[in-house]
Amino acid sequence: MAMEAAEIEKLIKQGVPDAEVMINDLRGDGDHYAAHVVSAKFTGKSRVQQHQLVYQALQGRMGNELHALQLQTNAPGEA
Amino acid sequence: MSDNPAIHRIQEEIDGNSVVLFMKGNPMFPQCGFSAAVVQALTMMEVKFKGVDVLADDDIRQSIKEFSSWPTIPQLYVKGEFVGGCDIVREMHETGELQKLFDDKGIEQAS
Repeated sequence: MAMEAAEIEKLIKQGVPDAEVMINDLRGDGDHYAAHVVSAKFTGKSRVQQHQLVYQALQGRMGNELHALQLQTNAPGEA
Repeated sequence: MSDNPAIHRIQEEIDGNSVVLFMKGNPMFPQCGFSAAVVQALTMMEVKFKGVDVLADDDIRQSIKEFSSWPTIPQLYVKGEFVGGCDIVREMHETGELQKLFDDKGIEQAS
């Protein structure tokens, strides 16, 4: 099972409306993605909490339809 | 407390071991690249850890996701605290934050 990059981006933005989302299809197979998400909602949160926000936005797809999503999250202005 | 016995077993592993990695396969033979990457980081840092193979126990495999509100495996716990999955561990290893965490928590390293 695979997911389109645009679908992943849409879900993340639904859950985290101010998010800037950059998605790479790592292998071109629609199954292994890397996402970099920047949002002011991440300010003051731990990495675990930041990633949990993104996973919540994906509504259970992570680990199911979405096999591999390398995730990097930052608050605006962070490296 | 949860009624789910698997949650109790997870809690016992985390309480009984300073560093616990819930993973696919065992530390000698990881069955997934993401688990292997975390094993490699811990091995490089010469940290003694307990590997729990979720492929050997489907109850734990499902319950660990609920336990931490985290949908994927591997999951690393240090002194009872959920540190993160593969991406976070890799990032923390690169920035030196993982070393700092082990120092702060008094985790023994071989060298």
